[in-house]
Amino acid sequence: MKISYNVNKNGFYGDFGGAFIPEMMHANIEELKSNYIKISSEKSFVKEFHDLLKNYVGRPTPLYFAKRLSNKYKTKIYLKREDLCHTGAHKINNTIGQILLAKKLGKNRIIAETGAGQHGVATATVCALMGIKCIIYMGEVDIKRQAPNVARMKMLGAEVRPAVCGSKTLKDATNEAIRDWINNPINTHYIIGSVVGPHPYPDMVARFQSVIGNEVKSQLKKIEGNENPNYVIACVGGGSNAAGIFYPYLDNEKVKIICVEAAGKGIDSGESAATSVLGKEGIIHGSKTLLMQTADGQITEPYSISAGLDYPGIGPMHANLYRSGRGKFISIDDKDAMKWGLNLSRMEGIIPAIETSHAFAVLDKIKFSKDDVIVFNCSGRGDKDLETYIDYFKL
Amino acid sequence: MNRINKVFENKKEILSIYFTAGFPNLSDTSSIIENLDKSGVDMIEIGLPFSDPIADGPTIQQSSSTALKNGMTTKKLFSQLKDLRKLTNIPIIIMGYFNPIMQYGVEPFCKDCESIGIDGLIVPDLPVDIYYNNYKKTFEKYNLLNMFLITPQTSIERVKFIDKISNGFIYMISSFSITGAVNSFQKEQKEYFERINKMNLKSPLLIGFGISNRETYKDAIKFSQGAIIGSAFIKHLEKKGVNKITDFIKKIRK
Repeated sequence: MKISYNVNKNGFYGDFGGAFIPEMMHANIEELKSNYIKISSEKSFVKEFHDLLKNYVGRPTPLYFAKRLSNKYKTKIYLKREDLCHTGAHKINNTIGQILLAKKLGKNRIIAETGAGQHGVATATVCALMGIKCIIYMGEVDIKRQAPNVARMKMLGAEVRPAVCGSKTLKDATNEAIRDWINNPINTHYIIGSVVGPHPYPDMVARFQSVIGNEVKSQLKKIEGNENPNYVIACVGGGSNAAGIFYPYLDNEKVKIICVEAAGKGIDSGESAATSVLGKEGIIHGSKTLLMQTADGQITEPYSISAGLDYPGIGPMHANLYRSGRGKFISIDDKDAMKWGLNLSRMEGIIPAIETSHAFAVLDKIKFSKDDVIVFNCSGRGDKDLETYIDYFKL
Repeated sequence: MNRINKVFENKKEILSIYFTAGFPNLSDTSSIIENLDKSGVDMIEIGLPFSDPIADGPTIQQSSSTALKNGMTTKKLFSQLKDLRKLTNIPIIIMGYFNPIMQYGVEPFCKDCESIGIDGLIVPDLPVDIYYNNYKKTFEKYNLLNMFLITPQTSIERVKFIDKISNGFIYMISSFSITGAVNSFQKEQKEYFERINKMNLKSPLLIGFGISNRETYKDAIKFSQGAIIGSAFIKHLEKKGVNKITDFIKKIRK
């Protein structure tokens, strides 16, 4: 039988995934598990989802041929312009899908976790759109670091609750959101922002994000006469933009997959987020995956200059891509990522999110050939990172 | 016979106390156990601290963070418990999240538990089905009972399944909420306790989460074989220290 890199019926990707959850979450996860595919394949759901993606988010996003970059690197480089989505990144594809699902499940209260605030903003946005109460958990440290996004969420009518335990960052915000869900199991839906958490979340989020890869396929077919690029490349924190663009290519091994992680200040610096290198198999937020932890099994705090990549784990799909060798993993440090923020700005007139900049730095690490077709997921725009860019480059 | 099974055979109105190992101080473990034993509790749950305890409330999370800062590890705890059975004869349970146990190795963990005289485990994020398919044999090989949780949301079929594979007691979560104190039980909670009681399960029931004082303890034992107190005890420890444990237990039981 042909190996599949997609989720199996038990919620696992190879050795990874599953639902390692306390009994208090069982009923909620079971409700989602038995409904998410059924509801999201209903005709009325598909129609509403695609209407909103088209008229509200601005899809399909362009597949842009980056001419100057291609010339310089002597290969064919395309950018999937998720940075042009409403709210500035791919995150909203998932929140639109999940809010529609929540409505169908009869939920009238939404909770979400956020690190840098991008997923929080995307969630607050769809809650405003639907007129549903929205509570965003955010680490106290991140609230201070990401003031403009906190203001955006508030302006959109969301309540931002600080996570004050632990390291007061993304993983703690996730813990708080899980606790809220445990305390409010009936009326509340938890919109997880990445392909992490217990099954069915990784698969559900990947499916909603798969619109990215599906568009690439049909766009590339028109432009190049072939729907298969030689490479798809995306940055991986939790991994939702990567899952979205890889999705239709997962089992098509003609297409090479490259995942770019944040090395932070360097793999050996003690301040890194390169989970594939530094992580070990374990359980985080209800999922068996690779995660950064102490020898004793305590989850450690990762570091990257980009807040969106400093999650101590990766999604189970990516853990399996890594272990099976289907995906090549490359880690890029802060310095190279920042340099590529500038490169892309000056060569293509696109200021990328720092997360996204990591992916482009691969161009200096791998020699591509003249005929290669390479698709980068340009997952987010850099507006939110201006302050970091200003500080770093003394602009 | 396992000490847990024995205690349910011989006693009613069981009081089980949870504390986080390594809190308030790294080396308090033995003296907490000794004092609890002296004060007459029937069972002790030792919490193995974890950085991300999603099934616990703020009090236990805070105590876990402190314990980890104090330097508590699985190895350290096992070495502190080396002479456990010289200290006490009551049943001792370790409650820990699955990741630290996985990193230690499930089999070595169970083996070391047995050799120091641990009677059972509560692993809140190890779901029943995964336990049943992958780890039941290992737990049984080392004579460790595994206690499962049920909540008001747990379906009747699932409660029946949990009862069937349980070999100790069932941990009945008093409400939707994660651990932390409430003052008294609501009507809906009592209805849920009654609903479970009417099922005539083979496993004894202990009520946990939200038991904070004599009133809630008395309430809980109307519907079960006993109760578990965690957060309220941790708060008492934090305020009064390990030498005043008997005061706390006396107030609950009189």
